[in-house]
Amino acid sequence: MKRVMSTRRARAMDGFTRPARLATRAFAVIAAIGASSALGADAAAKGVTSAAAPGGLLEAFLFYGVALATVVSAVGVCFSRNIVRMAVWLFLALGSVSMVYFMLAANFLGAIQLIVYAGGTLVLLVFGVMLTSKSPWVKFECGKAELALAAVICATLLGCLCLVLGRTTWAGVTEMVPGASVAAIGERLLTTYLVPFEVAGVLLMIVMVGAAHLARQEQ
Amino acid sequence: MLTIGLTHYLVVAAVLFCAGLFTMMTKRNAIGILIGVELVLNSATVNLVAFDRYLGPNRLDGQITALFIIVLAAAEAAMAVGICINVYKNLSTVDVDRANTLRG
Repeated sequence: MKRVMSTRRARAMDGFTRPARLATRAFAVIAAIGASSALGADAAAKGVTSAAAPGGLLEAFLFYGVALATVVSAVGVCFSRNIVRMAVWLFLALGSVSMVYFMLAANFLGAIQLIVYAGGTLVLLVFGVMLTSKSPWVKFECGKAELALAAVICATLLGCLCLVLGRTTWAGVTEMVPGASVAAIGERLLTTYLVPFEVAGVLLMIVMVGAAHLARQEQ
Repeated sequence: MLTIGLTHYLVVAAVLFCAGLFTMMTKRNAIGILIGVELVLNSATVNLVAFDRYLGPNRLDGQITALFIIVLAAAEAAMAVGICINVYKNLSTVDVDRANTLRG
């Protein structure tokens, strides 16, 4: 009996190491891409005064690559059945979204996305997965009819959104802009956005106390 | 097609939103639903940053709002995981269909 238990546990742990290894590898890749694109963004910001043509082929190439990664990983999240696989796909999606921020000249936000989301929130979610399932491969399926209904609703919504976006023309700047400086963001946070900043601080403290209270051990 | 504009980023955000919505609709695991919420929040953030970049560069309003969304998402995830752990303690499952003991 004991041997059966231990082999089962060993199998479960062995099954769990593969996504973990995958996640580690993915993190290394994303970190490398993030560092290189941050360097690229710096170079773009420096060369912005001499850039004659807006955008260009390189920007289109980068955008389509990043957009493809984002879309594929988002679709991977919604079609994977396993919760650990979902978490890994979500990790890739968050990394791709941070690449989108780098493309949009929001360097600080991209870094924050990688640190807070990929480093904090996702780890929290994975801890939640581990704590709430005896085996990490627990599945809850929903019915075929519900699946079809949800697919129809989401596809319709996506079609309508794309239709509206395709018909709208935006009067905006299309030339390259320099990356937002951290100093400017900090200044705005402590002047214009001082009250929301403080409220966010109080909220974080309340959440910390509340989460510790919710997750405490019963006496 | 080769000039990347605001519309391109908004389409990416729309795909993220619909993927998150589909995840929320079809998953029965509470943590899975939470993952869908994260996708939807990310799509909102991409929208804000894209509008900030194309409609009002150097004003930073969109980026700072996006920063607040990231803070709120972290807080929401912490609370929601705490609630999920409590539900698991009481019901031994995180299947949202079975968490119906509060129903009158």
